[in-house]
Amino acid sequence: MSTRLATGGRLIDRTKSVSFSFNGKRHEGRAGDTLASALLANNQMMVGRSFKYHRPRGIVASGVEEPNALFNMGEGAGFEPNQRATTTELFDGLTCKSQNHWPNLEFDIGAVNKYLGRFLPAGFYYKMFMYPRAFWKHVYEPFIRQSAGLGKAPRDRDQDKYEHFYAFSDVLVIGGGVAGLQAAKAAAESGAKVMVLEQTADWGGRACVDGGTVDGAPVDKFVQKTLSELQENPNVTLRSRMMGAGVYDHGYALGYERLTDHQPDAPGPRHRLWRIRAKQIVTATGAIERPLSFAGNDVPGVMLASAIRDYAVNFGVSVGDRTAIVTNNDDAYRTAITLKNMGLDVPVILDARATGGGALADEARALGIRIENGKAIAKVKGTRRVEGISICTQAGEGAVLEDIKCDVVAMSGGWSPVVHLWSHCGGKLLWDDTHAMFRPDVHKAPTGAAGEGFVIPAGTANGVFELGEVLSDADAAGKAAATAAGHSASKQTAPSGTTTKEAPLAPIWLMPQGAGPKLRMKSWLDYQNDVKVSDVQLAAREGYASVEHAKRYTTLGMATDQGKISNINGLAILSDALNQPIPQTGTTTFRPPYTPISLASIAGEARGELFQPLRKTVIHDWHEENGAFFEPVGAWRRPYCYQQDGETVDAAVTREINGTRNSVALLDASTLGKIIAKGPDAGKFLDMMYTNMMSNLKPGKCRYGLMCGENGFLQDDGVVARLDDDTFLCHTTTGGAENIHGHMEDWLQCEWWNWKVYTANVTEQYAQIAVVGPNARKVLEKLTTDDISAEALPFMGFGDITLDGVSARVYRISFSGELSYEIAVPASYGRALWDRLLEAGAEFDITTYGTEGLHVMRAEKGFIMIGDETDGTVIPQDLMMHWAISKKKEDFLGKRAQSRSHMTDPNRWKLVGLETLDGSVLPNGAYAVADGENANGQRNVQGRVTSTYYSPTLERGIAMGLVLHGPDRMGEVIDFPKVDGGVIQAKIVDQVFFDKDGEKQNV
Amino acid sequence: MSEPVAPLNGAKYEGFVTVQAMGLQGMITLRGDLSSTKVGKAVKAATGQPVPAQRKAAVDGDTGVAWMSPDELLLFVPYAEIDARLDALHKALTGEHFLAVNVSDARAMFHLEGNGAREVIAKLCPVDMSPDAFGPSDFRRSRMAQIPAAFWMPTDVSVQIVCFRSVAEYAFNLLKDAAEPGGQVGYLA
Amino acid sequence: MLILTCPCCDVTGEETEFVAGGEAHLKRFGPGSTDDDFHDYLFMKENPKGVHLERWRHANGCGKWFLAARDTMTMEVYGTYSAQTYEPPKAIKDAISTKRPGWRWREFS
Repeated sequence: MSTRLATGGRLIDRTKSVSFSFNGKRHEGRAGDTLASALLANNQMMVGRSFKYHRPRGIVASGVEEPNALFNMGEGAGFEPNQRATTTELFDGLTCKSQNHWPNLEFDIGAVNKYLGRFLPAGFYYKMFMYPRAFWKHVYEPFIRQSAGLGKAPRDRDQDKYEHFYAFSDVLVIGGGVAGLQAAKAAAESGAKVMVLEQTADWGGRACVDGGTVDGAPVDKFVQKTLSELQENPNVTLRSRMMGAGVYDHGYALGYERLTDHQPDAPGPRHRLWRIRAKQIVTATGAIERPLSFAGNDVPGVMLASAIRDYAVNFGVSVGDRTAIVTNNDDAYRTAITLKNMGLDVPVILDARATGGGALADEARALGIRIENGKAIAKVKGTRRVEGISICTQAGEGAVLEDIKCDVVAMSGGWSPVVHLWSHCGGKLLWDDTHAMFRPDVHKAPTGAAGEGFVIPAGTANGVFELGEVLSDADAAGKAAATAAGHSASKQTAPSGTTTKEAPLAPIWLMPQGAGPKLRMKSWLDYQNDVKVSDVQLAAREGYASVEHAKRYTTLGMATDQGKISNINGLAILSDALNQPIPQTGTTTFRPPYTPISLASIAGEARGELFQPLRKTVIHDWHEENGAFFEPVGAWRRPYCYQQDGETVDAAVTREINGTRNSVALLDASTLGKIIAKGPDAGKFLDMMYTNMMSNLKPGKCRYGLMCGENGFLQDDGVVARLDDDTFLCHTTTGGAENIHGHMEDWLQCEWWNWKVYTANVTEQYAQIAVVGPNARKVLEKLTTDDISAEALPFMGFGDITLDGVSARVYRISFSGELSYEIAVPASYGRALWDRLLEAGAEFDITTYGTEGLHVMRAEKGFIMIGDETDGTVIPQDLMMHWAISKKKEDFLGKRAQSRSHMTDPNRWKLVGLETLDGSVLPNGAYAVADGENANGQRNVQGRVTSTYYSPTLERGIAMGLVLHGPDRMGEVIDFPKVDGGVIQAKIVDQVFFDKDGEKQNV
Repeated sequence: MSEPVAPLNGAKYEGFVTVQAMGLQGMITLRGDLSSTKVGKAVKAATGQPVPAQRKAAVDGDTGVAWMSPDELLLFVPYAEIDARLDALHKALTGEHFLAVNVSDARAMFHLEGNGAREVIAKLCPVDMSPDAFGPSDFRRSRMAQIPAAFWMPTDVSVQIVCFRSVAEYAFNLLKDAAEPGGQVGYLA
Repeated sequence: MLILTCPCCDVTGEETEFVAGGEAHLKRFGPGSTDDDFHDYLFMKENPKGVHLERWRHANGCGKWFLAARDTMTMEVYGTYSAQTYEPPKAIKDAISTKRPGWRWREFS
């Protein structure tokens, strides 16, 4: 059984008990435990079921590479699935549940899959669920959905807070082991500003467990000393519980800081995503131990040798009473020696190397441990827990020589440097035959903005394993990084480290070497996705020769652990099956993040009310208080209409329109874009921007204008007012203000840079209120003594007046066909003016109207709306707006394009009015059909609806549309089929439905 | 006669940094040839300050000037004096090619006060806020979460931020969120 | 995520401060131009694997447009320069030549 030892545990505080619950059962751990170490201390070896076959699975590792111990963590609004027990720090009150089983961990219905294992090979889903086609929707998909996924999806809104933080550094060191600390020290001593990230809560990494000496003292003393030196250096930032999640172009890196995962009641954000820009990045990310592939290597109790050592040394936990060791290298002997020295039983060390190990083997032998060279595991006995192993010769086919009782198997297949962060942004890898691993090709580093390498690997992550070499490599990396960041390397030399020298490993990818199909079907590569040696071999046989294809076919390395312990073994098996060397097979692409990070941390503050910026006018609060039903217009929220008690939206719109047409109403038009163009060349410039002539507009007058892009298509419209000789104020659509301002600046800066024109976007300087309706003048006259008569301020004129003591600019423009004044005042006075106008209009039953009323009234008048009549493919000529296209001007944006053959095609659909015969409202976007079918067997069409409304003024449906030869077909009736069947017939009419002569607006 | 109302009407939040929506501030966008003597004199007359160097600002209370782009300045003047100063500017620059417009009401302004002010900005803007990279007299236009913003530091522990008025509420909520107690980063303060 | 230095305000900022604006040094063809010239101006844009000259706007910053010489494959930025020019300045061309001898982009090399 696994248990807590009486002594040991450098990271735990034995005096502090911490209680937690697993699958509803209460357990005790110690402060400093991870959830995994606490579970093991409570003899909970089995922690879940595998994904496909639902086989019992136990803890395998002690760090981020753990594939099995994934839990549903927390409850309610703090719930999160797939949390790794090995990287979860224990806290009082932690609750977690195991995943992927039903009804419970010990007894699981899905485990029946394991008996079907031989019928569920790689690619099973692809092969099985193809036919019959109809089965997919009703049989296969529901079944797969039921059993797909590991943890449960959270049901409640996340209760926690997340944020981003931007940091800048000369040198970013990722990894806080001895290499990272030494690299940081060297870089800092060279004068660089340094930031060091360590993903766990503790510094020093593996070295503190593996031992060795630095400058004659134990390695943990070196860690303490270096750490305190770095802490005192104001140029150095040390952050623990922060993982280097990704390395991106130009020295950009993401740091994933977990602030309150270990103390959920603490205030502040749970995770902080650091967006770091570094001149140089040192990846001191260490290495990950590889498992060995033998039959039954997934039985709970089979673990990485280094993990067993970690649990013993760091947490004082013995994973079992009798630990058999199986290895192809010397490092695993350290586990044997550690366990033996703690008084635990190590019945055998199976060293697959015929020649055996080096000095560490001698040390183990001296402790009385039995060592069998050239031997391997034929199979592991036990289902929910290791009960023993059968031994065979590595060189053979698995004939059992002997059975040995044990409750833990410590395996080691060698080490793979963590090259992920090196590779994220394009760092290349080399295959190292000596250590049977990929390591960074330091001559092919990822390159930054200046084309120079910006990532330097250090220590074990660079494929250097001996402590002395690790320290000197890291020292050199730190100095190189500082130098590349513009500092000069310090003269300090690297400390000297010593550890026991190791004999070379033997590349062992399958155990035993001649394992037959039966054994290979029980030899796991990817524990989380249930991929076995036999699956990869099958993929190779079926032609998936590319590693990227084989990965997707078998799902090897596609689980939440992204194959940290399985990829290299899988590659080796694939290479073997393809009969080619491993480097020729290559690796799959390493992509960020290194381990999963919370989606919420990516969102940062952008959730709830901060999800996106909403733009609000100064009158917004009034709208909100008065029943506004808002609609988004760009980032603005504009009232669509104002609903009174019990009123439907339609009824509100009708009431608002009738109120406007019969008396007077207000519209908050503040969102309309307002751009000033000033300078001696402003007229010439606007002549280029608009299709109309603007340079001959008289000061004090307004003119409606159209703006096209260079491609000829209509992109914006609005009224231009000439303020003085040099100065124009251009109104744009609500959504267009920023774009049009950018568009103007683009042409001024990049094409006509010697033209003397300055622009300024003053959209938000003004609150703009339209006072509209036959009584508009009467309302205004109550608030001003200035002359606003038709003579003093005629239609399409504007003037400055004093309104309620505030100076205002008043434009006589109308988008409704009514007598209309658009009043602009500084935004700070906008709300007050709105209130005054409502008071002044009370005797006329003044109303307010929203965007729908605005739309309906403009449609009644046949005015176009950008975005309704236009969609980026419509030119002004299509809209019969020839009157707004200057023929005198030699040039304007869009002029050349509008003479292209397709643009002058007489068959382009043109704008007309549409009047339904039965008075009903045409559906928006409806198409008018023509005779016959096109080449695709679809009904031919001859037009489409661009705007359609119920007109309260005319008490019938009205519409505008683009119709083939429309203007020549007045009076003709065309058919608009409805989605639900049936046809609406509409007559082609003039698009101006109301007050054709403009008598109402021009008074 | 109505009284002008400032964005968010003086809203205030006390976090690990104090966030204050400021009152009305007169602001003028001035575009022109920044190297011209005439412009220099006009700016000096309007703000008491010379034309600032690239990305610099000199603001004393409610009066000063900030460098916006190679041909644009933002002048700060008392709100009540905006019309007078704008008129004076127009007179002084007669004959120059320039643009001067009142943008006082188009902007919202916030003040951060406290040791963590730099960190609040660093949570929202992709700008190096360490003291060796940014300090009093520097002026920066950038992105604050999802909106454009400009800021400067009146002192080493305070930041003044200018953004568009329509997003004042969003900006205030951003700053509030970033300044919540417990959110100290311990990196820049 | 790229970093670019705006030549107009000298800010070295991250990509989110900028907006990309397509190919640089476009020669405008207006009324009177041939169909082919106008077609090429409007539609036929360079899309090289390697050295590219492109337009950027410091949108969340000084608001100015500028031009950049960048490698679309390695992301290396050879330099940024004024938008008010008809061809890349010599210093930029030299910087590209140092790293990519024999480069060509439209009529420039």
